[in-house]
Amino acid sequence: MSLDEHRASTRDKIIRMANQIATFFHSKPREEGIAGTAEHINKFWEPRMRRHLFEIIDAGGDGLDELVLAASSTIRRPADAAA
Amino acid sequence: MGLVHEIDYGTPASKAEKQVTLTVDGFSVTVPEGTSIMRASMEAGIQVPKLCATDMVDAFGSCRLCLVEIEGRAGTPASCTTPVAPGMVVHTQTSRLKDIRKGVMELYISDHPLDCLTCAANGDCELQDMAGAVGLRDVRYGYEGDNHVRAKNDGVQNFNWMPKDESNPYFTYDPSKCIVCSRCVRACEEVQGTFALTIEGRGFDSRVSPGAHELFLDSECVSCGACVQACPTATLTEKSVIQIGQPEHSVVTTCAYCGVGCSFKAEMRGEELVRMVPWKDGKANRGHSCVKGRFAYGYATHKERILNPMIREKITDPWREVSWEEALTHTANEFRRIQYQYGRAAIGGITSSRCTNEETFLVQKLIRQGFGNNNVDTCARVCHSPTGYGLGQTYGTSAGTQDFDSVEYTDVALIIGANPASAHPVFASRLKKRLRAGAKLIVIDPRRTEMVKSAHIEAAHHLALKPGTNVAVVTSLAHVIVTEGLFNEAFIRERCDWAEFQDYAEFVSDPRHSPEEVEKLSGVPAETIRGAARLYATGGNGAIYYGLGVTEHSQGSTTVIAIANLAMLTGNIGRRGVGVNPLRGQNNVQGACDMGSFPHELPGYRHISGDAVRDIYDSLWGVKLDNEPGLRIPNMLDAAVEGTFKGIYIQGEDILQSDPDTKHVSAGLAAMECVVVQDLFLNETANYAHVFLPGSTFLEKDGTFTNAERRINRVRKVMSPKNGYADWEVTQKLAQAMGLNWNYQHPSEIMDEVAKTTPSFANVSYEFLEKMGSVQWPCNEKAPEGTPIMHIDGFVRGKGKFIRTEYVATDEKTGPRFPLLLTTGRILSQYNVGAQTRRTDNVMWHDEDRLEIHPHDAENRGLRDGDWVRLQSRAGETTLRALVTDRVSPGVVYTTFHHPDTQANVITTDFSDWATNCPEYKVTAVQVAPSNGPSEWQKEYNEQAHQSRRIAGRLEAAE
Repeated sequence: MSLDEHRASTRDKIIRMANQIATFFHSKPREEGIAGTAEHINKFWEPRMRRHLFEIIDAGGDGLDELVLAASSTIRRPADAAA
Repeated sequence: MGLVHEIDYGTPASKAEKQVTLTVDGFSVTVPEGTSIMRASMEAGIQVPKLCATDMVDAFGSCRLCLVEIEGRAGTPASCTTPVAPGMVVHTQTSRLKDIRKGVMELYISDHPLDCLTCAANGDCELQDMAGAVGLRDVRYGYEGDNHVRAKNDGVQNFNWMPKDESNPYFTYDPSKCIVCSRCVRACEEVQGTFALTIEGRGFDSRVSPGAHELFLDSECVSCGACVQACPTATLTEKSVIQIGQPEHSVVTTCAYCGVGCSFKAEMRGEELVRMVPWKDGKANRGHSCVKGRFAYGYATHKERILNPMIREKITDPWREVSWEEALTHTANEFRRIQYQYGRAAIGGITSSRCTNEETFLVQKLIRQGFGNNNVDTCARVCHSPTGYGLGQTYGTSAGTQDFDSVEYTDVALIIGANPASAHPVFASRLKKRLRAGAKLIVIDPRRTEMVKSAHIEAAHHLALKPGTNVAVVTSLAHVIVTEGLFNEAFIRERCDWAEFQDYAEFVSDPRHSPEEVEKLSGVPAETIRGAARLYATGGNGAIYYGLGVTEHSQGSTTVIAIANLAMLTGNIGRRGVGVNPLRGQNNVQGACDMGSFPHELPGYRHISGDAVRDIYDSLWGVKLDNEPGLRIPNMLDAAVEGTFKGIYIQGEDILQSDPDTKHVSAGLAAMECVVVQDLFLNETANYAHVFLPGSTFLEKDGTFTNAERRINRVRKVMSPKNGYADWEVTQKLAQAMGLNWNYQHPSEIMDEVAKTTPSFANVSYEFLEKMGSVQWPCNEKAPEGTPIMHIDGFVRGKGKFIRTEYVATDEKTGPRFPLLLTTGRILSQYNVGAQTRRTDNVMWHDEDRLEIHPHDAENRGLRDGDWVRLQSRAGETTLRALVTDRVSPGVVYTTFHHPDTQANVITTDFSDWATNCPEYKVTAVQVAPSNGPSEWQKEYNEQAHQSRRIAGRLEAAE
């Protein structure tokens, strides 16, 4: 696999994982769902994963469930330096 | 030291509350009603002679040796079958009894070999003991008549004689020494529940027979060894005892196989293990065992065990044996170099669910304190991480709610995605015993497992669902319970949040969750779903037992939540006989989770972001812990492929074989610069390792394991570590090499640190365990002696929380290219990746993984039983041999994953649970086609494995 392919597959995986979380929280009332999605990602996602997520969000969030985008303001943005 | 002697009371204890007082040989004794005279006598310290009675099975009354006289009653009743009565006056020794007993013994001995001095049971023979006890001095009948003892009588073939059956690898059956007491037959029935043995023939022709006059190995026998343990003579004897002799001391310890956590006496002669005998006082197993725990310990001395540390620069180099100091200094230098070059978070580690709590605690401590990050995970990631999440969310604690004894009070058992008869055999035996006593059973499983129907048990309902539809089916059970008004309103109002319940009730009541709708996607007939729901809700104490068939799915966590909802709906929580019980896979996977092996939480399930919790460790360890969650195993591999994760310390875990999507795992490992594997053998992961640190077995160290019922059991060292150090010592040395000031002298000091820093373990210490035998956490001020049953007066989190469980079909779908669904599981004789059991005689039962396929699917593909088949998914392909059976439904295929040659995980995909990344092992869309033999990948893999196992200076590779 080339480096570009790896980047593409990392991106797909992050999107899939974030959307899976959002899918679960869709069955909750809207506000709870937004809070739940953000909390889940904050609690379980290592900064590198959140950094990838924000790269996708900052580039327009293509492919992400809208609940992830709605939750993005409460997802903790990791510090800049490589952890 | 000496042997740990256990009293045999002759008959099982009575559970009656009412007490009865009687007199035995002039001593007054008070026992529960229903107790036998034999047991009451033993309680008073008087041993009535006996042969056919032993307290692991019910009284039988056949040997006529235990006769007693009772004042006011005629005759000489057998004390084993006669219950006590108030005021009864019993005499166990009278001249009449003496004569009868002597006569009985004369008959026994007249047909028994007199080779006591060379007999394997010499020193441990109840027949010998009884001959002594009754004062047998002479056998009036002689030894010349009809007998079962000699192959020839006066040169003439003796047709009553039978040769030894040595087919079982672990024990022999010598019919010439059998006294036909039936203890083995009854142990097989009553304790194990397999019914493999019987007595064939009548009178003098009576013989113990496995199956229908078969060899032990060819019969249904599962080699649990209960019969061997029950045998009073040398008829059924461990081959190890025949080879070595009788043990001289014994030590109580805990089995290192499955999550049942059986207690055993390791019976020793010096440092040589003679045999393992289940300990009657073990609260998980109550004196029973399976073939793995009792017999499969030979791996500890297997020739392939690696005893010296080894390093190599590149994974294509042969290994080089080095000193411990060199290996550890090298590792420490490499880890520090990588952190300097790529950042603090570029390394991490994996704790072992096979190691002790103390060892696991140290590995996570090394990572958090020494590596300065939280990149620690454990194999629970790939098995029960959804249990942690689901039960944590709903109940507030992430562990099973009951002890195993609880099953004795269960009226309806609901098994979901588990096959305890194979994976948790001792629990299965306890459950089967309860089922034979009348409890009902519901099984939710795509496959017709042994639990669905086997000797004297049959599930009332088997929901043979399509893999991947758990959430739909369990939610549909809730639909029936709510819409038919079968829920326990009083319980819900008192213990749960009523508004959340109303929301949940509205959700499940929707017609899309009705059995009729769910039938369309799960394939389970609506009436079966309804029947199962009604039985669970109304059949008395309902207990749920579940396994990896629940967790290892895209919606694993959601199914756990659905299960928790079901128990709350029906009030089946907080007392004995009920509850939600995850059957944990490995011996200490519960403990590994408890000890802070997850990247987001510290010991005792406290999230790493909590300042107050981190403060405890910051001040004790003198560091500032990272407040961000670390990487989970699959994330570590992703980061490695991406280039930001470069080094890993793996203790006792074989991720290359056990984790999904092998190609991805190997790509991740290959991308790292320092892979350190600590294990007994050069496992599959070690093919990609740069440092190998030899590990020690459970026989070689002190520590504790925590089983599926949260029970903390002691592991005790019975022999010196062959590799030089226990695993906790190796981790400590690595920590020291990295500059940490650790100085533990004994694992008890590690447990003291756990207790000091973890509220749920506050009262736990080795001293306390010595006193209590074992204890179930939480064990602290509120529960000074531990907690057998949780959530008794309310849930740990306060109010039980109902959560909606919407079914979402997995992305792993069948289609024209991959029309079948593959699901995976285990078999009794093998354990997980097989590293241990494959190195024992257990391979006689299972020497390869087979693909189970329905006759219909087989015929469509022109496959016959035993044919080589190619198994292909979108992730990869492998080959193995087919087993045509209707245990699986059409459209579903199944295999085990015990053998590395099979490479079942080349097939599994990287899909995982939404909440925890637990891989979706249980659903993979596949195609099956005829094949000529191993795939290209298998050949390449074997070649790579062979190359990477070379050790410099040795002619042969280690495996």
